[in-house]
Amino acid sequence: MREKEEQFKVAHREALIGVGLVIFNFIWWYGFAYGMGSKKPEEYTYVFGLPAWFFYSCVLGFIVMAILVTVVVKKFFVEIPFEEEPEK
Amino acid sequence: MNWQALVPLIGILLIIFAVGVWAGKSLRSSTSFLQDYFLGGRSMGGFLLAMTMTATYGSASSFIGGPGTAYTQGLGWVLLAMTQVATGYFVLMILGKKFAIVTRRYNALTLVDFLKERYQSKWVVLLSAISIIIFLFSAMAAQWIGGARLIESLTGISYTSALFIFALSVLIYVTVGGFRAVALTDAIQGSIMFVGTLILLIAVIIAGGGITSIITDLRVENPNLITPFGAEGTLTPAYVSSFWLLVGVGVVALPQIAVRAMSYKNSRSMHRAIIIGTVVVGVIMLNMHLIGVFARPILPGIEVGDKVMPLIALEVMPAWLAGIVLAAPMAAIMSTVDSLLLLVSSTLVKDIYLNYVQPNASNERVKRLSFGITALLGIFVFIMALDPPNLIIWLNLFAFGGLEAAFIWPIVMGLYWKKGNKYGALASMVSGVALYILSDQFFPQPFGMHSVVLPVFISFVFYVVVSMMTDRKLSANL
Repeated sequence: MREKEEQFKVAHREALIGVGLVIFNFIWWYGFAYGMGSKKPEEYTYVFGLPAWFFYSCVLGFIVMAILVTVVVKKFFVEIPFEEEPEK
Repeated sequence: MNWQALVPLIGILLIIFAVGVWAGKSLRSSTSFLQDYFLGGRSMGGFLLAMTMTATYGSASSFIGGPGTAYTQGLGWVLLAMTQVATGYFVLMILGKKFAIVTRRYNALTLVDFLKERYQSKWVVLLSAISIIIFLFSAMAAQWIGGARLIESLTGISYTSALFIFALSVLIYVTVGGFRAVALTDAIQGSIMFVGTLILLIAVIIAGGGITSIITDLRVENPNLITPFGAEGTLTPAYVSSFWLLVGVGVVALPQIAVRAMSYKNSRSMHRAIIIGTVVVGVIMLNMHLIGVFARPILPGIEVGDKVMPLIALEVMPAWLAGIVLAAPMAAIMSTVDSLLLLVSSTLVKDIYLNYVQPNASNERVKRLSFGITALLGIFVFIMALDPPNLIIWLNLFAFGGLEAAFIWPIVMGLYWKKGNKYGALASMVSGVALYILSDQFFPQPFGMHSVVLPVFISFVFYVVVSMMTDRKLSANL
């Protein structure tokens, strides 16, 4: 029973990490898109030919999330057994 | 008929077909038929899991119109589509290990199994089974229509024959192969989508004379196309942000996604799937929708959104390559359909027949029934898709939002909140679905948000309040 509690503790912590990542992802996405994209199109700056708001929000944002997710999973996620002990 | 494009497409269908038959072989010798047929024996590895989830997410994006809408709306729609990147990690992290442990303990094979054990209520089971059957059946019929239209536009054969070819190829491998065949073909289809959209995007950029020149063309045509606000300036931040709920985090509650979150082998495959899934979903979403936007200066004046992908592919690439790449949208549709078909059939066989009609049915009988019902459902959808009744089309519009409104709290709170009980779950399901349909009919876009947002919040309140109120009653009875 104690072992079960430990496993659930791990599962709960990782679910909270998921919520944290989504909030960060949303702020990044929203901030760049509407922070930089609300200017008039004539005043836009460009990165690699794309409007800067789009590049930072969608392209760079995605790359950052992919790296962040990889690091988080590799560093903080724990491997636990799913089965209820040897019965099988 | 465009044979050069058609041959690679047929080739891919044949490979998928062969995989189905091969996966069916291992099924015939299986001892625990139900678990193998509907869940692939809980043996999915990381890559397979990531791919089958990605391919199934594809349905959410065809729901929001995909590349065709990006073509009309510009970069604002790509911004909206990128809300789906979150599904790549969020679903597996939230359902995650808790779901894996709990469903193993309950020995649950379907989402309804999980709800049944968690809430111990016949009404929760019946209500969820009914919502799955109604909403997913309509979603499936709509996808079949799309698949047949794609074959029709590519080959020039009639809609009926196209539908027949499509139906036959899906039916054969789902019926004989079960979940493992579906997951394997999803992996092939996901890979095709990944590589295919990448090649097509590069070809489109070259044909348009580089990104800078494409963006300049768009700005000259209509400056709104390169803003986050859509061609007419109608995409408000509140509206676009609400898609985080509809196609982002809310996806947790889709039964076809949830069932995949109980199919994996161990923690390691889950960890790998999170990383691979995030990258693959992001790349496919970004590429697919950018193709839609970038196609606009190259091929102006396309009226029907669904034709953007096939037309642009045939325009910028040699026909044989276009054929391979066009297998991608085809693959997306097929992989959605096959998982829905299997899910509806598992709901009927496992959740209704075995629970309430004949709990002691023999393994042999269940086996025959599973094959039979899957095939029968397929034929039924085929007939529906021949001449789609308006009811199906109407229901399909609500399918994803409706399922999310129904299941999000019973699943998530059921996992993480001990006090949640059957009354709360029932209240939340009924209020979620009813409010969603009502709000969509009479009060679309409250506060500028998509009509799914408010019902999801209100059904949360219902879940918590009703659970707490009845909590005392339940414990008083003990």
